[in-house]
Amino acid sequence: MDGLTPGFASPAVDAAHAFRAVLDTMAHPGRLVTLDGPAAPVPCSQAACVALLTLADATTPLHLAGAHDCKGMRDWVAFHLGAPLVGRSEAVFALGTWHALGPLAAYPQGVPDYPDRSATLIVEMADLQANGTRLTGPGIEDAAYLSLPDTDALRANASRFPLGLDFLFTHGAQLAALPRTTKLGDG
Amino acid sequence: MTEYNFAYLDEATKRMIRRALLKAVAIPGYQVPFSSREMPMPYGWGTGGVQVTAACLVPEDSLKVIDQGADDTTNAVSIRSFFEKVAGVATTESTADASVIQTRHRIPEAPLVAGQILVFQVPIPEPLRFLEPRETETRTMHALEDYGLMQVRLYEDIARHGEIARAYAYPVKVEGRYVMDPSPIPKFDNPKLNMSPALQLFGAGRECRIYALPPFTRVESLDFEDYPFTPSKAAGHDCAICGAQDSYLDEVITDDSGGRMFVCSDTDYCATRAAQMEANA
Repeated sequence: MDGLTPGFASPAVDAAHAFRAVLDTMAHPGRLVTLDGPAAPVPCSQAACVALLTLADATTPLHLAGAHDCKGMRDWVAFHLGAPLVGRSEAVFALGTWHALGPLAAYPQGVPDYPDRSATLIVEMADLQANGTRLTGPGIEDAAYLSLPDTDALRANASRFPLGLDFLFTHGAQLAALPRTTKLGDG
Repeated sequence: MTEYNFAYLDEATKRMIRRALLKAVAIPGYQVPFSSREMPMPYGWGTGGVQVTAACLVPEDSLKVIDQGADDTTNAVSIRSFFEKVAGVATTESTADASVIQTRHRIPEAPLVAGQILVFQVPIPEPLRFLEPRETETRTMHALEDYGLMQVRLYEDIARHGEIARAYAYPVKVEGRYVMDPSPIPKFDNPKLNMSPALQLFGAGRECRIYALPPFTRVESLDFEDYPFTPSKAAGHDCAICGAQDSYLDEVITDDSGGRMFVCSDTDYCATRAAQMEANA
């Protein structure tokens, strides 16, 4: 547990601010917000760290993918969240780079009676910009733009609505969301 | 503000509600089950709305609470003072000044703006419940997008009464997929649900359900081509206080001999208009 970084300085109020920011991104797909908070454990971004502190706990199995499945992260999760670490098929949340997280089909997609029982993927990005793929759908007045990693896979995810995964994209302290309702591209 | 955890609920409960809210926003109109807590008020007084509000509030918020449009009724006053006490947030009666509005059975007359959150208190979230009492069946009907029963019910209304005889809790279809109960708002308010710039969240405490309409979401009131949906209100009257012709009206009995008046249900809208008229006079 050496070098464990602290959690929220003021858990209730900091989590409230962070949640409003996450809710804002989920309600406005493609919108970029900044998540301020405590320093994140390597290699986790600050935004992903704050999102996990806000949403994950002992009741939410978490999948750490690729380089994020390291001792530092596991210690941090054990201390701050208490979330059970699981494989893709049991995950409520998953954290990693796009490449490490895949394939998307391995995660719970929800079931027709309970489409909410699907995983939320926190995707660490090398870059996150409000340009690139055109987004339309609920939460978007006209169109929004977001630099997305793999539009084909995300379009396939959206086509399964009401089933499907929801995504939080993180880069540094920046966060954007892509719920399954968002349509990608002009089609 | 040392007596309570911020916004009353414990952090584990708030995380649970917050996760449900995010899934609700991601699946507009779908009712997400959540583990509703007992609140220090009876069911029917807005326990669902209070839990959703508690999970969303930040200390900088300005909270407005209305009950049937009114800021000054028991339910509204007590919920407002509850959050003043347990969250230390500012409260307001002005729709324009509020960042979070918890409502029982009305949508304010003043147009909502981007960034505002409207939290509805919902008694019975399942629009199909009075047609099919079994939760297992209604869940399957939603899964299969089988809403024929609802259309038959609306048709039977027309066959018996010559019109769709539903003045409130008028069912809507969200983004062409889920049929949703908009809570017992008058159908006059239904058009305000559609493409609203505000985020609309629905909490049903007793029934343990949360659902949501993200901003700019298509919300259509169910109808037929030859019997189109019409938002209605008390016909042939203007507000007796502010003279508004475009607002939803309450009928108020004024004496024992049949005296009555029609006034705006939205007290903030009415008071703002009355103050303007006085200033202009």
